[in-house]
Amino acid sequence: MFRQSLNRFCAGEEKRVGTRTVFVGNHSVSGTEAYIAQRFCDNRIVSSKYTLWNFLPKNLFEQFRRIANFYFLIIFLVQVTVDTPTSPVTSGLPLFFVITVTAIKQGYEDWLRHRADNEVNKSTVYIIENAKRVRKESEKIKVGDVVEVQADETFPCDLILLSSCNSDGICYVTTASLDGESNCKTHYAVRDTIALSTAESIDTLRATIECEQPQPDLYKFVGRIDIYSDSLEAVARSLGPENLLLKGATLKNTKKIYGVAVYTGMETKMALNYQGKSQKRSAVEKSINAFLIVYLFILLTKAAVCTTLKYVWQSTPHNDEPWYNQKTQKERETLKALKMFTDFLSFMVLFNFIIPVSMYVTVEMQKFLGSFFISWDKDFYDEEINEGALVNTSDLNEELGQVDYVFTDKTGTLTENSMEFIECCIDGHKYKGVTQEVGLSQTDGPLTYYDRNREELFLRALCLCHTVEIKTNDAVDGATESAELTYISSSPDEIALVKGAKKYGFTFLGNRNGQMRLENQRKEIEEYELLHTLNFDAIRRRMSVIVKTQGGDILLFCKGADSAVFPRVQNHEIELTKAHVERNAMDGYRTLCVAFKEIVPDDYERINRQLIEAKMALQDREEKMEKVFDDIETNMNLIGATAVEDKLQDQAAETIEALHAAGLKVWVLTGDKMETAKSTCYACRLFQTSTELLELTTKTVEESERKEDRLHELLTEYRKKLLHEFPKSTRSLKKAWTEHQEFGLIVDGSTLSLILNSSQDSSSNNYKSIFLQICMKCTAVLCCRMAPLQKAQIVRMVKNLKGSPITLSIGDGANDVSMILESHVGIGIKGKEGRQAARNSDYSVPKFKHLKKLLLAHGHLYYVRIAHLVQYFFYKNLCFILPQFLFQFFCGFSQQPLYDASYLTMYNICFTSLPILAYSLLEQHINIDTLTSDPRLYMKISGNAMLQLGPFLYWTFLAAFEGTVFFFGTYFLFQTTSLEENGKVYGNWTFGTIVFTVLVFTVTLKLALDTRFWTWINHFVIWGSLAFYVFFSFFWGGIIWPFLKQQRMYFIFAQMLSSVSMWLAIILLIFISLFPEILRIVLKNVRRRSARRNLSCRRASDSLSARPSVRPLLLRTFSDESNML
Amino acid sequence: MTWSATARGAQQPDNTAFTQQRLPAWQPLLSASIALPLFFCAGLAFIGLGLGLYYTSNSIKELEYDYTGSPDTGNCSACAEAGQDGAPPPNCSCALNFSLPELFQGPVYFYYELSNFYQNNRRYSVSCDNAQLSGFPSALRQPVNDCAPYQYGAAGLPIAPCGAIADSLFNDSFSLWHQRQPGEPYVEVPLDRTGIAWWTDNHVKFRNPPLVNGSLALAFSGTAAPPSWPRPVYELSPDPNNTGFVNQDFVVWMRTAALPTFRKLYARIRQGNYSAGLPRGDYRVHITYNYPVRAFHGRKLVVFSSISWMGGKNPFLGIAYLVVGSLCILTGFVMLVVYIRYQDQDDEDDSDD
Repeated sequence: MFRQSLNRFCAGEEKRVGTRTVFVGNHSVSGTEAYIAQRFCDNRIVSSKYTLWNFLPKNLFEQFRRIANFYFLIIFLVQVTVDTPTSPVTSGLPLFFVITVTAIKQGYEDWLRHRADNEVNKSTVYIIENAKRVRKESEKIKVGDVVEVQADETFPCDLILLSSCNSDGICYVTTASLDGESNCKTHYAVRDTIALSTAESIDTLRATIECEQPQPDLYKFVGRIDIYSDSLEAVARSLGPENLLLKGATLKNTKKIYGVAVYTGMETKMALNYQGKSQKRSAVEKSINAFLIVYLFILLTKAAVCTTLKYVWQSTPHNDEPWYNQKTQKERETLKALKMFTDFLSFMVLFNFIIPVSMYVTVEMQKFLGSFFISWDKDFYDEEINEGALVNTSDLNEELGQVDYVFTDKTGTLTENSMEFIECCIDGHKYKGVTQEVGLSQTDGPLTYYDRNREELFLRALCLCHTVEIKTNDAVDGATESAELTYISSSPDEIALVKGAKKYGFTFLGNRNGQMRLENQRKEIEEYELLHTLNFDAIRRRMSVIVKTQGGDILLFCKGADSAVFPRVQNHEIELTKAHVERNAMDGYRTLCVAFKEIVPDDYERINRQLIEAKMALQDREEKMEKVFDDIETNMNLIGATAVEDKLQDQAAETIEALHAAGLKVWVLTGDKMETAKSTCYACRLFQTSTELLELTTKTVEESERKEDRLHELLTEYRKKLLHEFPKSTRSLKKAWTEHQEFGLIVDGSTLSLILNSSQDSSSNNYKSIFLQICMKCTAVLCCRMAPLQKAQIVRMVKNLKGSPITLSIGDGANDVSMILESHVGIGIKGKEGRQAARNSDYSVPKFKHLKKLLLAHGHLYYVRIAHLVQYFFYKNLCFILPQFLFQFFCGFSQQPLYDASYLTMYNICFTSLPILAYSLLEQHINIDTLTSDPRLYMKISGNAMLQLGPFLYWTFLAAFEGTVFFFGTYFLFQTTSLEENGKVYGNWTFGTIVFTVLVFTVTLKLALDTRFWTWINHFVIWGSLAFYVFFSFFWGGIIWPFLKQQRMYFIFAQMLSSVSMWLAIILLIFISLFPEILRIVLKNVRRRSARRNLSCRRASDSLSARPSVRPLLLRTFSDESNML
Repeated sequence: MTWSATARGAQQPDNTAFTQQRLPAWQPLLSASIALPLFFCAGLAFIGLGLGLYYTSNSIKELEYDYTGSPDTGNCSACAEAGQDGAPPPNCSCALNFSLPELFQGPVYFYYELSNFYQNNRRYSVSCDNAQLSGFPSALRQPVNDCAPYQYGAAGLPIAPCGAIADSLFNDSFSLWHQRQPGEPYVEVPLDRTGIAWWTDNHVKFRNPPLVNGSLALAFSGTAAPPSWPRPVYELSPDPNNTGFVNQDFVVWMRTAALPTFRKLYARIRQGNYSAGLPRGDYRVHITYNYPVRAFHGRKLVVFSSISWMGGKNPFLGIAYLVVGSLCILTGFVMLVVYIRYQDQDDEDDSDD
């Protein structure tokens, strides 16, 4: 805590400065300038909540902040201090138990966090100090230290790359654990420091880095390095994100690098992107708290009523102090107001069982034990990774049954994150699959058309136009090395393309001395000199290479998105290719078009000059380069197009359809490009072909000059459209989404931030609300190009919508962590990109498809179980306490307990706890298979349906009815002289025992009536509990217990059972109490039966018109279109 | 290889019915076809039982006479007047007359009833010391604090038995006299004062302290009688087996009643000529009127009641059974109508198809 506040403090202090100056290697840059050490946070990551010495007070404080615990503490203290009818042990012991168990659990969890922190903080790093390599613990790194990082190590803090073992100062990094992109990214060192690749030389570097204060955006960094050479003339170089190595990223394919730490510890971008794991509360828990308040109110009312009536009743002296029951001197002298107050407290203690501690114990146990069913479920077991589901938090089981919004990541979650080359088209002819030794097979078009040259050109283009590198695998021995080429690239598509080309006989063999080598179909090695690479960027959405053939021709190969390439080709055969591309896109493939052009040497001279000029530019480098690229990539010839499949996860589409049918809204949040994401959405049927897409992207918004105006225009237009389509409220959407035109929304990161952050305007709030209105009306929303924090932002935004819908996030990468933490339920997929997501999630499953059973079956059952558990608990304690309350009217409001202390204590702990626990673990009111196969059942429990006011009132009235029956039934029974055939009379403890016996049986049998799934365990605990009650009562009354002050129960129970009237009365009272419940169940079953019959009839007639869920995509397109017409 | 195989097995969840939530289960559905016969059967059974109970209850005779002090019944008002200030008047006796036109079928039980007396008041009902009553000598001289203000006597001696319950022991005594024919002398009806308390109370829960030199009085030496008692506990009855803590009247009194109006068994009439019941004739109850009830607006009654297998007269149970039984049958019919209506509807639906 102290640490955090310190961090905050020092961060705040620095923010005022605006930038920070880092002295590389902590060397002062010159003798004259005094070296002022700035204070930065050390490189320690703290995610734990407690320390050894603050654990007890802090944990206790946090536990007693829970309303229930605090209430029990108060009751306990009252019992200790005031003369009360029940002993403090009755509430102190359970409370102590609950607090201890929770403290142990939380302590253990925090210990795990400490261990994880330590693992990171104590890991060894190497720092260059005084030209020596010094081994240190990671947490000791200070800002300004020069750190050495070896291959496959993660960066211990945010570093500015100074030099790498590569002579060009390049290193490759994978940021899989940060933003989920598993590919390698290239980072550069500043030119002036490239040469300093040894410990000695790096130590001679005198430089300062000025950079902005830490901020969470992973893709933004602005800085400047001033390098002081001997001449003392500083050379300034600008630093950008490409120079910054982020903590958490891993160094790949580079032996080692040197970097200087700029941000450390909690100020690294990774740490800033992590949100604290806050305690998540489920909706059910909120309902419990609401009920708690209602019952607290009932309790206070009861106590107040009793106190008032007591003093009204006592106002006549013969009632207050009859001669047979005189007060002690002390009692007489006590102040009346104080007496009233203590009386009030005593009544509260007497009735406090209405809110039982044991409910919290049972709920905790139910959640803890119940969560095992998830990890035990063999349907969640994945052969591939040899693991099943994992439950990290058991507090949220029931929340799985309440989800309204599902936010899913795309890469690795919906898709397998492995690309595969599917087909290509050359000059408008489709080629698919591998063929005879020749290579390609043409599957359509006129067979006569067979231009070998064009094919080879196309394949060469695939082999050359990329940034793929060959990974030289040292570990593998030479023989396999040549056979197995491992390609690495920043884009998995490129790898897929290169591999695709390889399949057709053109193998890329790598770069050697600026020469790209490839092996053609005839096993000949061709070499091309790589002149320039015109890198991919998101705006151009294409990339090119300029190569020189062995023959001296200069060729430009370009590949890119269709929309980026078609306008730049002169070829007139666009139409055929276009049709192919469109069909491929519709099938959910990622398509790229390939074009080429020949450059005459004169032109090349000019181009070369321009490119070098642009590359060297210090200012506006980006824009200049772009302009040059734009000039170059014109007048090309279209060769063909490729289709690459990012394979969807198994049953991803079925799962999404099931979720849709269950009334859930699925949003895809991805960091990926819009086109890719869109095609995936089509493939997994998030968007149907009939879905009308509304786009709010950079593309649509930036067409206009003033972004905001355009945005405003779009927003209002879309809203109008949607309002027109859905005149009624949102509620109808759930059911009607099949009938109406479906809308899908596509938003990208920059537009989103424009919507959310266009602050100064008063209209910004307006934008947001319009945007939300649009979102809520859309059946599917796709958000692309999202930064991790933006994902969380979206989730938070939806979370705070009216009616506070329950959100669920599912993702596999570290970039999903923030959204997993933000949403109500976070689900991690144990993906290929590390375990960060799984570790931070509440539940983790191996595959996306498991979400279906997790929500529809497990979530549904957990919700029903726990909702019933909660209702039942309040119910059974109201029936328990109500007779006690009524009894006060007959005992002069003297706080006389109706039941013996043992019964008061044991009622919730022993007699009625196990049946409901068993119920809440095993009940399946609907079969698991039915639940999974009929997603619509999920809608029945949406919106916390079982804990709304209606059901709550029903249970409360039932309890009030039963309590009244118990008490007055027994009351009228006791109007007789004797209930025994020997004429002996019963006393007040027999009265209480009768009420209690009826109570225990009724409450247990009520549960038996509710149980729809009787396993042997249910039988055992239900009948066992009743038997135990009888046995206990005999036993408890059968012995004079030496430790008891009052032998109240001695032989009460046995004596009671010796009376025939008593038996008859007990049976009668149980029957009367259960009668309304039986009636309700029978009526419900009659109704359900007929409803089901109606439903089955309707379904039979429906089935013809209903659209089958799994149909080839294209077929559906046509039929749906025809339907629309 | 084998190692990895076992690891695989260890990771894989157990495929048992329990872990997969596929335990064999009975899934009962309380459908109308089960519930309807159930309703009718239960209804009939309840009505049968109710009739039986009702008639049994009706056949039980109960006589109750208020002797608190209203001027019209007997001459107890004088005693009541005398005892108005709360302190019991010394041995005021009065009598209560009634006549039976026919035999009161026996065995007859003799109760007294108090009303507006809160034996279930918490302060009152905890005011006794069970250890003391179990005869532990240590507890005898150190009563628990719950007994206060009836813990120590005026002289500072511990009270035995301590506490409000014991102190307020009902101390009216009754004798019943029978006049077979007018003019004949009244014959005392033998009252069996034993067997009125629970056997377990009388024999296990309540024990006298161990005798000292064969004398109960010595065992109680060093203790004081409860302030309201005219004599110490060991003189409650001349019968050595019925005195001290095991005195049956005392034990009966110590079983605190559930409600403020309560009856306690005083005696059973089952001896001699009266084993078959109380024969026809005039009766007089001689009352030693000690117990003040006017102070708390209470009433005192004597009650004669016969007892059947179901205990004393109690119409409630019979009527309740009858009502519930009829309700069952009524609901059964309503359900039947509803059920048939739905059935018809379904049939129509079916025929529509």
